[in-house]
Amino acid sequence: MKHNSDYIDKVLERNAPSAGGGFSEEGLKRAEALIALYPKKRSALIPLCHLAQGEHGWITEECIEEIAGLLGVSPAEVSGTASFYDMLHLEPVGQYVISVCTNIACMLAGAYELLEAAEEKLGIAAGQTDTDMRFTLEEAECLGACDTAPCLQVNSRFFGPMNSASFDKLITDLASGALAGVVPPHGVLSRVERVFALTAKDTDDAGAIDSKEAGQK
Amino acid sequence: MLNEPIVTKRVELDDSHTLQRYLATGGYEGLKKALSMTREQVREEVTKASLLGRGGAGFPAGRKWSMLRQAPVSYLVVNGDESEPATFKDHLLVERDPHQLIEGTVIAAYALGVTQAFIFIRGEFALGIERLTAACNEAYGHNAVGKNIFGSDFSVDLVIHPGAGAYICGEETSLIESLEGNRGFPRIKPPFFPAVTGLYGEPTVVNNVETMSNLPWIVLNGGDAFAALGQGSSAGTRLFALSGRVKNPGWYELEMSKTTFRDLIYDKNLGGGIIGDKKIKAFIPGGVSAPWFFEEHLDLGLDQDAVAKAGSMLGSGSVVVMDETTCPVRASWRITRFFHRESCGQCTPCREGSGWLEKIMRRIEEGSGRPEDLDLLMDVCDSIAPGVTWPPQQTTICVLGPSIPSSIASAIRHCRDEFLEHITLGHCPYEKDHILTGAAR
Repeated sequence: MKHNSDYIDKVLERNAPSAGGGFSEEGLKRAEALIALYPKKRSALIPLCHLAQGEHGWITEECIEEIAGLLGVSPAEVSGTASFYDMLHLEPVGQYVISVCTNIACMLAGAYELLEAAEEKLGIAAGQTDTDMRFTLEEAECLGACDTAPCLQVNSRFFGPMNSASFDKLITDLASGALAGVVPPHGVLSRVERVFALTAKDTDDAGAIDSKEAGQK
Repeated sequence: MLNEPIVTKRVELDDSHTLQRYLATGGYEGLKKALSMTREQVREEVTKASLLGRGGAGFPAGRKWSMLRQAPVSYLVVNGDESEPATFKDHLLVERDPHQLIEGTVIAAYALGVTQAFIFIRGEFALGIERLTAACNEAYGHNAVGKNIFGSDFSVDLVIHPGAGAYICGEETSLIESLEGNRGFPRIKPPFFPAVTGLYGEPTVVNNVETMSNLPWIVLNGGDAFAALGQGSSAGTRLFALSGRVKNPGWYELEMSKTTFRDLIYDKNLGGGIIGDKKIKAFIPGGVSAPWFFEEHLDLGLDQDAVAKAGSMLGSGSVVVMDETTCPVRASWRITRFFHRESCGQCTPCREGSGWLEKIMRRIEEGSGRPEDLDLLMDVCDSIAPGVTWPPQQTTICVLGPSIPSSIASAIRHCRDEFLEHITLGHCPYEKDHILTGAAR
C-alpha cells in the first residue's frame, strides 16, 4: 500500500506500544489540522484520540492533557468520553489486539470454539494481555463481516473465516512480521490521510491538487 | 433475479474503490445531472422513488427531507456506524464502492442545500475508512467535492469521521452526540427528529450509507424507474445480508418484495439451503433487534410492510438462519448479552434489565434454571417494553431497550419446551459438554 505522508510512514515504524508521552511535533500539527475540519473544535475529540492511539498504541495521560488543551475542555471530559468507546484504550495494550467476534452469526459458525483455541494458543483469557505486551485478546461484538464467520480482527483488520489451525498460522505470521503490510501497529486507523488543504473554505486550493497526489492506493 | 444491480454493480471488481474505475463505469454522472437540475427537482425524484431509509427504521428518505423545507438545513450526516449484529452491507459499500457513497452524499447535500456534510464510519471498518479517505481526496481533486463542484456555484465540504466502537452510535441522536465529541448517549425525545434540533443544535439530516449509495442511480434513471422495481412502498432493490447456518452466507442485492425468505435461504444461486441439509428452526428477518420468524414465515416476501404485518421487521436487511441443531436458549442468550454490553446505561430498565435477563438466560443454558424463570424473564421484558408487543412500547429514551425482548420473547413463545428441557435435564440438550467461554465464566 502506498501512503500519502511521511508522518504515516513514521507511525507505521512503531513496533511496540510506548510507555507514555505526548504527541510528537508532527502529531500536534495533524491534530490542529483535524480540529480545523470541524465547525466546532470538540467534534475532533474522538479523531484526536485515534491519533494519540496511532502514535502510542493507547491513549496516554499526556495525550489526554494535550487533547484537552487543544479543545479547551477538561482532561476529565476527554477521558470521560474516551472511556465510553470500546476501541479507545486508556491503558497500554499489546502490539496486536486480537478481537474475536462471538456474536450470533459467528457463534453459529463456532466462534466460542475459536475463542477457546485462541486462549489456549496465547495462554491468556479474553480481556488479557500477555506478559511481553505482544498480544491482547478480546471477545468482540459483531464486527460486520458475518459472511466470513467466524471472523476476527487484528488491530482492526479483518480475518475470516477462521479455525484453530488458521489462528495458529495467523499468530506465527504476526510474530514473524509477515503481515506487517496488512496489519499496522495498534491504533493506526487509516494509513491514508486526508489532504488537509482540500476544502471549499480555502478558495484557492480546492481542486488544485492532482488526484494522483491525493492519497490513492 | 435482477437485471441490473443498482448499488453493487462495481463491488466485485478488484479496483472498484478507485476513481479511475469509478469514472470508467459511469461514476459522477449522477452528480453532474443533479447539478443541472434544481434542488426541488432532485428532491422530487427521490420522493417519487419511494426510497425507504436503509438503516433499519425504513423511514422514506424523501419525506425525511421534506420535513426540512421550511427551515434551511445546516448539516448532512451519513450514518455508516453499521453495528446491528449480522449486518454487513454498509461495510461492503464503504470498502468496495466509496466513490458511489461520496457521489450520493454530494447529491443529497445539493438537494438539501447543505454546505457541510459528514460521513460517520464505524471505527472497526479501518480498511473502509482508508479507502473512503483516499476516495475523498480523489473526489476533491476531481472537483466532485469542494468548491464550485463541476463548475457550478455549489460547494460542499466533506469530513470522514471515524467512530470508536459503540453500537448505540447507530441511533441518530447518539451518533450526533458522538460527532460532537461526547459519549454516545441518545437524546431525549421530543424532538423526534434531528431535522428539528440536530448537530450543534441545528437542523440536520441523518441518512444511511445504502440510502445515499442509491442516489446516483435514482438521479440518472429517474425516481419512477426506481419505484417500478419492488412493490408498493417497498421500492427498488435492497442489499440483504445472509448469515448463520446456510451454505452460502453473503450479501445479495435483490428487488424488494419479489423474493421470499424461502428463496433467499434455499435458492441455489442465493443462500443454497441449510448446512448439511438440516431443517430450519428459526430465522431473524432484519437484525437481532427483530423478533424471530419460523418455518411458517418462509414464504413471506422481502417486503417492509409484509414483514411488519407478520409481527417483525425487515430492519437492516440482515437475515440470520438457525437450524434444528441450534439451541434457542443459547442463541437468545447471546443476543441478550450483546444488548447488555452495548446498553449506554442512561435508562434503568435497559441498563439493569438487560443484565438480569442475561444472567437468567445464562443460568438456564447452563442447567441451573428454575421453572419460574420463564415468567421472570417475561416480567423483566415487560418492564422494558410494556406488553412485550410488536411494534414495542418503550420505557426508555431510545429503541435499544425495547429491542432486547425481541429474541427472548420469540424463543420463549415458540421454543418453550426446549427451555423447560434445559431446566429438567440440568444441562443444555444440544451440546452436553459445551462451555460458555469468555465473560460467561
